[in-house]
Amino acid sequence: MNSILSSVLPAPEDPVLSVIFACRDDPSPVKLNLSAGTYRTEEGKPLVLDVVRRAEQQLANDLSRDKEYLPLNGLPEFNKLSTKLILGDDSPALKENRVVTTQCLSGTGSLRVGAEFLAAHNKESVIFVPNPTWGNHPRIFTLAGLSVEYFRYYDPKSRGLDFKGMLEDLGAAPPGAIVVLQACAHNPTGVDPTFEQWEQIRRLVRSKSLLPFFDSAYQGFASGSLDADAQAVRMFVADGGECLIAQSYAKNMGLYGERIGSLTIVCTSEDVAKKVENQVLLVVRPMYLTPPIHGASIVATILKNSDMYNDWTIELKGMADRIISMRQQLYAALEARGTPGDWSHIIKHIGMFTFTGLSEEQVRLMAKEYHIYMTYDGRISMASLSSKTVPQLADAIHAVVTRIA
Amino acid sequence: MASSMLSLGSTSLLPREINKDKLKLGTSGSNPFLKAKSFSRVTMTVAVKPSRFEGITMAPPDPILGVSEAFKADTNEMKLNLGVGAYRTEELQPYVLNVVKKAENLMLERGDNKEYLPIEGLAAFNKATAELLFGAGHPVIKEQRVATIQGLSGTGSLRLAAALIERYFPGAKVVISSPTWGNHKNIFNDAKVPWSEYRYYDPKTIGLDFEGMIADIKEAPEGSFILLHGCAHNPTGIDPTPEQWVKIADVIQEKNHIPFFDVAYQGFASGSLDEDAASVRLFAERGMEFFVAQSYSKNLGLYAERIGAINVVCSSADAATRVKSQLKRIARPMYSNPPVHGARIVANVVGDATMFSEWKAEMEMMAGRIKTVRQELYDSLVSKDKSGKDWSFILKQIGMFSFTGLNKAQSDNMTNKWHVYMTKDGRISLAGLSLAKCEYLADAIIDSYHNVS
Repeated sequence: MNSILSSVLPAPEDPVLSVIFACRDDPSPVKLNLSAGTYRTEEGKPLVLDVVRRAEQQLANDLSRDKEYLPLNGLPEFNKLSTKLILGDDSPALKENRVVTTQCLSGTGSLRVGAEFLAAHNKESVIFVPNPTWGNHPRIFTLAGLSVEYFRYYDPKSRGLDFKGMLEDLGAAPPGAIVVLQACAHNPTGVDPTFEQWEQIRRLVRSKSLLPFFDSAYQGFASGSLDADAQAVRMFVADGGECLIAQSYAKNMGLYGERIGSLTIVCTSEDVAKKVENQVLLVVRPMYLTPPIHGASIVATILKNSDMYNDWTIELKGMADRIISMRQQLYAALEARGTPGDWSHIIKHIGMFTFTGLSEEQVRLMAKEYHIYMTYDGRISMASLSSKTVPQLADAIHAVVTRIA
Repeated sequence: MASSMLSLGSTSLLPREINKDKLKLGTSGSNPFLKAKSFSRVTMTVAVKPSRFEGITMAPPDPILGVSEAFKADTNEMKLNLGVGAYRTEELQPYVLNVVKKAENLMLERGDNKEYLPIEGLAAFNKATAELLFGAGHPVIKEQRVATIQGLSGTGSLRLAAALIERYFPGAKVVISSPTWGNHKNIFNDAKVPWSEYRYYDPKTIGLDFEGMIADIKEAPEGSFILLHGCAHNPTGIDPTPEQWVKIADVIQEKNHIPFFDVAYQGFASGSLDEDAASVRLFAERGMEFFVAQSYSKNLGLYAERIGAINVVCSSADAATRVKSQLKRIARPMYSNPPVHGARIVANVVGDATMFSEWKAEMEMMAGRIKTVRQELYDSLVSKDKSGKDWSFILKQIGMFSFTGLNKAQSDNMTNKWHVYMTKDGRISLAGLSLAKCEYLADAIIDSYHNVS
């Protein structure tokens, strides 16, 4: 029998996954996985928020609910609430009906649908992403039909933002090009622009007619404040220009596996918004027809109930605070050990991740001899640390930094 | 362009002023990472440029969604929505299976976490879905020759397969039935996979144009993908007989084509999971390599949960591993990993003997209701129509849908005169019909068929 499938090659290994698998296969009882972007409690366990459980119970108790297909653009109630969350309740863009929101499969799905829409309708098909950026960004955009370019972002010398380089590269971008901006808690570096820097970025982006595409995966999860983490996005929307926003509820509501997010497109008029909405549906229909209901229902239940919403903000701040505390503890531990080098970036950075500054060689040694796993770019997930494991990590960093310069 | 900007007239194009009163900052005061800044330094006036999306045109409305919308707007009390592709009870209400509610309560009690699934989906679901399709002890499963990936219901699973075809079989064509489910063409178009059609529906017999089907499959370039509906063909309701399936398998094998099954109704068509999988299993017996997309939208009523799978039967376990890795590579930049809820429901139902039996009973009930309604409609047509027209196709067809043989003008008459909503190709959804309404529908069909051309 003629086999055609036997000629299919194996796919290259996903770098993050290969680290996760290596950790999984490590028999050491003290192994530590700092590579994955999921929140862990102080006890090292996954967390389902209390308010999420309550919402699910409420949904289960509501016998009037059914499982009929959602509209192509998702659960209407979820869409309204999700947009308000990122734009603010009184956003003029909302009042003027020029915002199109489509429920999508978490951040990835929102980015992909947005990118496919842009590939079909934006004159310019070049999309600029920060260097470095989340590993999946380039693949998403390339498969959608856009061509990916990089703008300078991370400065390894200062372990901070290469602001000058960023402005230069964006300034040189062709007019109409798309620019991916991570709204807060930059993944993988943990380096965010300051408020003043955001304003300069905004002016440059608008003056060059670049189209901002925000990736907002950590609203509320970065600083602990939903409004503070939305500032950059709102600043852009406030100037009346167009932008796209991909939102995810994976981290801030712990709904990772439910795949719930939304794509918002801020247009200049209601008329344009209608046409845009219409065309976005054409992207969705042949991809998966309609989005899944469960995660959307949970989010809508929480956002529309003021008690639940308040309880959510408390649990959210709890997670963000624990991460900030881990940063402080790790920094203190390295200082206490007199570990060579300047480690202040650990407390300057924000969000789930931090670029340690470790080299690939050092990272590999961390895994091999100290059973601590992180991605090869030196990124660690602070959300995976606990007070108990901080000393272990500090010891290991100290060791590899002194053994390998 | 800039000079005409202000003449566009929309209020949103007026220059804007931003000041600190208009933007909320929230409680960022104690935040070490963000200092609240006065906006007064940030006052700006930005003349809004015309939209870069101004030139976008409105897409044509979706034909099927349009039917539901028109139905909603109709105030006539006799109105009937036969456009809907979702099961309805005799009271014409949506139906959530009892076994699904049971599974969800169990999941709540257990307090399952919400961590990311692997890219390929929930392992327990993937195992269950392949076993449901092929039978638990089937050689293709025992030999680990099936690459199974959880997908976003039927559509999402078809799309993954389409992307695989585009990437690894460049230039290969998919041949689809004429007619077929409307979204099939969209899926292959979006995935940039060329397609053509094989004859299927014969309007003269309101049955299968079997010779045309075989001839067109034979004529397709060697190594084409042949899209087949596993059972309960959508939109016609016309399935090949077992003997015809054998001949279809023969010609596909002869031409080294790759069968590509769309199985959206396993168990929902005849009421039996095994019976509805017969066509797929026939091909598996032949040792062929082929694709199968599955959906749990109808048979478990999980429409909105988007749960399905793409299965690729390969010639070796090694090939299956590689194919799986490539399918994952397609899924990752599309949505990273699939949603957990629907997958857990299926895995729980299938994994528990009691719930599995209960599911089978509810599925038999749904399929049974549709068969009963077909019979009632047929009986009404025969008793009311004195012309001697042969209405038996209603009974021969199977599944949720029926091609009535009504043309567009006649279908329009159904809607305009009788407030019966259906698609313009003459398709009605039996799932949206109650026994109580069969007589009325029969009157409408008879009138449209005989009095409108």
